[in-house]
Amino acid sequence: MTTEHSWQPICSTSDLIKNSGVCALLANQEQVALFQVGNDKIYAVSNFDPFGKANVLYRGLIGETKGDVYVASPLLKQRFMLSSGVCLDDDAYTIKTYETRITDGELEILG
Amino acid sequence: MNTAPRKIVVVGNGMVGHHFVDEMAKHEGYEITVLSAEDRLAYDRVHLSEYFSGKTAEDLAMTSPAYYNEIGVNFFTNAKVTHIDKAAKEVTTESGETYAYDKLVMATGSYPFVPPIPGKEREHCLVYRTIQDLDDIQASAKAGKVGVVVGGGLLGLEAANALKELGLQTHVVEFAPQLMGVQLDTDGGALLRSMIEGIGVQVHTQKATNEIVDGEECVHRMNFADGSHLETDVILFSAGIRPYDNLAREFDLTVGERGGIVVDNNCKTSDDSIYAIGECALWNNFIFGLVAPGYTMAKVAADNIIGGEQQFTGADMSTKLKLMGMDVGSIGDAHARTEGCKSYVYSNQPDQIYKKIVVSPNGKELIGAVLVGDTSEYDSLLQYALNGIELPENPDGLILPSSGEKPTLGVDALPDTATICSCLNVTKGDIVAAIDCGAVDVGQVKSSTQAGTGCGGCAALLKKVTDHELEKRGVEISTDICEHFAYSRVELFHIVQAEQIKSFDLLLEKHGSGLGCEICKPAAASILASVWNDYILKPDHVSLQDTNDIFLGNMQKDGTYSVVPRMPGGEVTPDKLIVIGEVAKEYNLYTKVTGGQRIDLFGARVDQLPAIWKRLIDAGMETGHAYGKSLRTVKSCVGSTWCRYGQQDSMAMAILLEDRYKGLRSPHKIKFAVSGCTRECAEAQSKDIGVIATENGWNLYVSGNGGMKPRHGDLFATDLDDETLIKYIDRYLMFYVRTADRLTRTSVWLENLEGGLAYMEKIVKDDHLGINAELEKQMQNVVDTYQCEWKTTIESEEQLKRFRQFVNSDAIDSNIEFVTEREQIRPAKDEEKKYGVKIQAVDLTPA
Ligand code: SRM
Ligand SMILES: Cc1cc2nc3c(=O)[nH]c(=O)nc-3n(C[C@H](O)[C@H](O)[C@H](O)COP(=O)(O)OP(=O)(O)OC[C@H]3O[C@@H](n4cnc5c(N)ncnc54)[C@H](O)[C@@H]3O)c2cc1C
Ligand code: SF4
Ligand code: FES
Repeated sequence: MTTEHSWQPICSTSDLIKNSGVCALLANQEQVALFQVGNDKIYAVSNFDPFGKANVLYRGLIGETKGDVYVASPLLKQRFMLSSGVCLDDDAYTIKTYETRITDGELEILG
Repeated sequence: MNTAPRKIVVVGNGMVGHHFVDEMAKHEGYEITVLSAEDRLAYDRVHLSEYFSGKTAEDLAMTSPAYYNEIGVNFFTNAKVTHIDKAAKEVTTESGETYAYDKLVMATGSYPFVPPIPGKEREHCLVYRTIQDLDDIQASAKAGKVGVVVGGGLLGLEAANALKELGLQTHVVEFAPQLMGVQLDTDGGALLRSMIEGIGVQVHTQKATNEIVDGEECVHRMNFADGSHLETDVILFSAGIRPYDNLAREFDLTVGERGGIVVDNNCKTSDDSIYAIGECALWNNFIFGLVAPGYTMAKVAADNIIGGEQQFTGADMSTKLKLMGMDVGSIGDAHARTEGCKSYVYSNQPDQIYKKIVVSPNGKELIGAVLVGDTSEYDSLLQYALNGIELPENPDGLILPSSGEKPTLGVDALPDTATICSCLNVTKGDIVAAIDCGAVDVGQVKSSTQAGTGCGGCAALLKKVTDHELEKRGVEISTDICEHFAYSRVELFHIVQAEQIKSFDLLLEKHGSGLGCEICKPAAASILASVWNDYILKPDHVSLQDTNDIFLGNMQKDGTYSVVPRMPGGEVTPDKLIVIGEVAKEYNLYTKVTGGQRIDLFGARVDQLPAIWKRLIDAGMETGHAYGKSLRTVKSCVGSTWCRYGQQDSMAMAILLEDRYKGLRSPHKIKFAVSGCTRECAEAQSKDIGVIATENGWNLYVSGNGGMKPRHGDLFATDLDDETLIKYIDRYLMFYVRTADRLTRTSVWLENLEGGLAYMEKIVKDDHLGINAELEKQMQNVVDTYQCEWKTTIESEEQLKRFRQFVNSDAIDSNIEFVTEREQIRPAKDEEKKYGVKIQAVDLTPA
């Protein structure tokens, strides 16, 4: 199994939806939920909800508590911190987070 | 020692007899047998009149054969007891059956007194006490035009109201110079009279009826002692009650001089093995004609039988009621008969309000009160009276219209012995104890103390006491919606409206902090939609919507969605049905008829939704808002068009209502139903808004609920024409939309609303707050700006872009897998998935 990571071009930044999510498919078939918070902050986390066992996190609502930004799963509302992937409701669960960068208006994910 | 169960025989299964059974059944080791003279088991006599406004005998029932079977109680109906053998400890019924007892409980209640007037036996001369009586009255009323009630007391006026509702021209004939002489003073009685006459019921006081003979224009003619007469078709006698003490007299139990089975503080009669409770019992030379004291007696008797020491020490006879839509209250010494007492009176003729309080000679205690036309101070006055709380310096402030601060009685001032719920006899101390045992909200206090489960009149006070006690214990009753807004939903609603705010960002900027969350965002989105009714997926709004709203479908467990086209009233043409079938077939969707009379297609992937909806919309259908906190369905029955019992066209009304209110965003989902007659095939009484056709129009029920905690709707108004019906619904719903907390159904909202149903009636019917025009306008705006969200969505390129699983691929989500069951798809379980669950990219930190 290769563990080599590379930057993968995903989409134009204009494909993102402000304060909401979209989903990207990586070459290794992993699904990544992408959130644009405010005008320029972009987060990328796994799209898989480990509680509901479905690929739905990008359709969750973005919230904030005491400065931490999270997504609430659309299924059973568990909240995952976007910066760390830690579940705020059950810290036994942490979802994977990804690095992103923007090159010439193109969003890239390190995957 | 004898270990066989001790035999308890209860004679009479009225409200009190039943309450006794309920109390007694809590204890092991007793065999309970109930003998009921009526042909049914106990029912709610207090709400008997509602039988005329749509409640059925089943609605009024307080128990059922199944329930008695379940708790192991033997029961016999049509089993009138005719014989008591005290020595052998046996009773015998009319049909000759004999039952042995260890303890006998007489709960025979009372019967209406019919004055010995010649002609009282004539046809259509009736009384008002049992369901059978009401059936008879209904039958008699059908044949006549005019009705007379003999007796202007509390029950007489209730009976008069019933005659009026049945469409008769109604008169009240009273022997005394005033109405409700027991509860009201002369001035209060006079005001009540003018109010009653104001709604078209004629009142005749100081009339003694000499005889009833054949009438000329009506069935009867009543000739009065003063030479006047009155013609009428129906006569109801309501001239007081008399205890059913015939058995006691015959079989030698002590009875009072003027009737009633004499009991002591244990509710025991002169025979050590026989108890008497309820309206047949005479305690301290007094018969209590109310249900609450009877319940207390039932409890005392049961306690005594098991060896306890509870005592009956009297009961308060204060009353608050609504008579023909008029508020009347009476507390303690209403007539100011106590020596040396003083009264304060407030009288306002234009608004038809009369209030009087009677204070003790030293001016420190409240000993009586009369309230007519406005009973809003009743609760607090009653607490002063019952608990001997010292009055403020100027007690008249308690009844004067508020000119600034009104001295209100803080719940803290109430002693632990203060009765909060008189129906179930629950004190403040009981509530405190429940909270100490872990109850953390009104609901839990209710279920552990039973408070508020009787007439419901104590709901507001109960909430106040509970909240106050919780606060004292540091439980914060914060009404802030979340950490981002220090406001309740209601306050946010006002802000949005007053400042004409149209976006969440602006609301947050001006009145909030942080970025918002999954609580305040959907709440704000709902408020914005109720007020402005913009397209909910406008770029500004997308990020606020709950998942279901973002993709206009209900998300299922595997991330797919359901598709529910609107099917107003459950009506659907074959052509549309065919299209639905074709769509389901083409996209291989699981198809099911819902509990809301329409069709749900499950298993659509997010990327399939727009194409599916396009097909449906092209065929003339629109979104069913199955996903929204908004109007869901208006359930209906076929009504007068097809059904032989139908009174009105319930189908047409259901469709009209569904079309009118579809798309209205609200604090929670709203369901309606319309039934074509009282058989209620559409189950309207379990809906937020229930409409039932009558001969003359529509009866409106409000705040019913199915679901987790079912609640029967309350009858709000009767015999409405179409226009008034819609006005009332507009106002009721818009007021709910404005004032309810988030995710609160109309049922819970109403129960928590201070003033409850009566308050809503004032607002909706009397425009108490002067906002009806505004409420209607706001509703009309929602109606006028309706759009099918799915139609708008499929017409927008921008929107369609959101409906794809991946921004960078046309692939579909490989984790969605179905298997076939009963010839249709269903989501595959983990172990059924071909490729296994793709648990990818998850770090499971060991717990
Ligand atoms: C589809 C349906 C069941 C069915 O297979 O028949 C259904 C399905 C759901 N109901 Fe329901 N309810 C359905 C009729 C009902 C009814 C019956 C009725 O409306 O006459 C009730 C009781 C009546 C009532 O609401 O008072 C009902 C009481 C609930 C409740 C409890 C509400 C309450 O006040 O206690 C919930 C939970 C909630 O809303 O918080 C709920 C929630 C749900 C949810 C939204 C649960 C969820 O979040 O997934 C289900 C989504 C269905 C979907 O994906 O479309 N559903 N649900 C019915 C859809 C009716 C329709 O045409 O829209
Ligand atoms: C229209 C109306 C409105 C009312 N409104 C209110 C109100 O708002 N608030 C309030 O507190 N009270 C109200 N009341 C009074 C209340 O209903 C009574 O206080 C209560 O029903 C008394 O209960 P009970 O069990 O003692 O008697 P009942 O309910 O009369 O029950 C007695 C039962 O015993 C049966 N019985 C009698 N003799 C025999 C026998 N020999 N063998 C077997 N069975 C027998 C009777 O048939 C009856 O079924 C109202 C009453 C009426 C009629
Ligand atoms: S009853 Fe429960 S499981 Fe069934 S449809 Fe309603 S919410 Fe879903
Ligand atoms: S006072 Fe009637 S329910 Fe509490």
